Amino acid sequence: MSGVSVTKGAEDAVPATTDLVVLSNVNKHFGALHVLQDIDLTIARGEVVVVIGPSGSGKSTLCRTINRLETIDSGSIAIDGKPLPEEGRELARLRADVGMVFQSFNLFAHKTVLENVMLGQLKVRRTDKKAAEEKARSLLDRVGVGSQADKYPAQLSGGQQQRVAIARALAMNPKVMLFDEPTSALDPEMINEVLEVMQQLARDGMTMVVVTHEMGFARSAANRVVFMADGKIVEEATPEEFFSNPRSDRAKDFLSKILHH
Amino acid sequence: MFDFLDMDALLGAFWVTVKLTVYSAIGSLIWGTLLAGMRVSPVPLMRAVGTAYVNVVRNIPLTVVILFTSLGLFQTLGVTLAGDNFTVINFRLAVLGLIAYTAAFVCEALRSGINTVPVGQAEAARALGLSFTQVLTLIVLPQAFRSVVNPLANVLIALTKNTTVASVIGVAEASLLMKSWIETYAALLPIVAIFAFGFICLTLPTGLVLGWVSKKVAVKR
Ligand SMILES: Nc1ncnc2c1ncn2[C@@H]1O[C@H](COP(=O)(O)OP(=O)(O)OP(=O)(O)O)[C@@H](O)[C@H]1O
Ligand SMILES: [Mg+2]
Repeated sequence: MSGVSVTKGAEDAVPATTDLVVLSNVNKHFGALHVLQDIDLTIARGEVVVVIGPSGSGKSTLCRTINRLETIDSGSIAIDGKPLPEEGRELARLRADVGMVFQSFNLFAHKTVLENVMLGQLKVRRTDKKAAEEKARSLLDRVGVGSQADKYPAQLSGGQQQRVAIARALAMNPKVMLFDEPTSALDPEMINEVLEVMQQLARDGMTMVVVTHEMGFARSAANRVVFMADGKIVEEATPEEFFSNPRSDRAKDFLSKILHH
Repeated sequence: MFDFLDMDALLGAFWVTVKLTVYSAIGSLIWGTLLAGMRVSPVPLMRAVGTAYVNVVRNIPLTVVILFTSLGLFQTLGVTLAGDNFTVINFRLAVLGLIAYTAAFVCEALRSGINTVPVGQAEAARALGLSFTQVLTLIVLPQAFRSVVNPLANVLIALTKNTTVASVIGVAEASLLMKSWIETYAALLPIVAIFAFGFICLTLPTGLVLGWVSKKVAVKR
C-alpha cells in the first residue's frame, strides 16, 4: 500500500472489485450539529484504515453509519458494491457481513461466552448447532479465551471480554470489521492483549476500520490514517507520512497533544 | 363459634380464586409482553396503539372492566367465549377482564425492565444482523424479564386479590362465599379472619418464591 487511494466517483455503475466500503458525499446532522460533512471515503479489500481525531469529531458516528446503526441524511454508502438498504431483512443480512466491536464490549450479559459467539451463527446464518459450537470454540481459542467458554461476560476481565467480542464478530465471517475505540475502556495492562489480536487479524488480511488513539497500532498495522476534525476528513495519509509530516494545522495540533502523553 | 365453617365450600371457593389467578396471570403475561413489544416497536402506529391501550385500561377501575365484559360483551354483543352455562361464561368473562386489565401493568413493569437493558446490548445484536423481533425476543426481553421479577411479583399479588372483583358478575370465588357467610352467620370477625388468612396463604409464598427467583436470575453486568 503506497499511496492514498483515490475516492471513486459517486455513482459507480459496476460493483468495484477492490473497493469494499465506499462512502460518497455522506452528510449527517444531530439536530443543529453537522456531525458528518461531505465525507468521501473508500476502503479497499484487505485494507486497514485507522481513524483518529479529537473527541466529538464524528469518528464513532462515521463508524456506525457503515452498518447503519446511524442513518445518514444524504450521500451514499455501499458495501461490496451494494448500497445500504433501508431498515429490514435486507439490512440485517448486510449487517451480518459487517463485524462491529464496541468500546464497551456489549457482550450479551445473560448468555455465556460460548453462547455469545454462537448466537449470530445460529440465528442469522442458520448454521447447525454442532458446527456453530466448533467454530465458536476455535475462534475463542484463536483470541486466547478458549478456557472461559462457559463463563458469563461479567466474570471476565475487560480485555477478555473484548477478545470475546472480536470472536463474536468474526464468527459471522464478516467482509469488514469496524472497531470503535476497542481499547479505550480497558485498563492499561489489558490493552496489548486486544491489540495483538487485532494485529493478527490485520496480518491475516481482514479489512478493518479502526477508530483508536493507539498510535502504536496505527503505525504498525494501518495502511492508511484518516484524520477527522469537526465532522470532516481533514487529512488522509500513510501512517509514516501522517505521523512524521502532518500537513494540516489541526493534525499538527492534535498530534502534539497526544504524543506528549 | 366456627359452626359456619364448611371446609368443602371454603376450599372450593379458593380453588376458583386460584384458577382465576393462574389463567389471568398466564394470559396477562402473554398479552402484556406483546403490548410491551408494541410500545418499543419502531412502527409509530404500533407504539400509539400500545400507549393508548395502557393509558386507557390502567385508568379504568377493574370493577368497570369486569362489568363491561358481562354487560357489554356478553349481554349486549352475545360474546360467550364458547361457554354453555352462566358459571362457565362468567368465569371466562372474568378471566378475560382480568387479563385485559392486568396486562397493562405487566406491560409497564416490563417496559421499565427494558429500560434497564443498556442500548449497547440491542446495538450489538443488530450489528450481528438479528431482526427487530430477534433482538427483542433473544436479547432485550430475556434481560428485561430478569430485572422485573419483583415488580411482576407485585402485579401477581395484586392480581390474586383483584380476582375478588369477579364476584360482581357472580363468579363464585372466595370473596363471594365470604359475603354469603357474613350475611348468614353472626360471626363477622372469625369469617373475615379466615378469608384474610386464605389470601395470605396464596400471596405470601408467591412473594417469597419470586423474591428468591429474582435474586437467582438477576443479570450480572
Ligand atoms: N445520538 C446523538 N444525539 C445527539 N448528538 C450526538 C449523538 N451521538 C453523538 N452526538 C454528538 O455528535 C458529535 C460527534 O460524536 P462522535 O461520538 O461521533 O464523536 P467521536 O469522534 O467518536 O468522539 P469521541 O472521541 O469522544 O468518541 C459529538 O458532538 C456528540 O456529542
Ligand atoms: Mg467515539
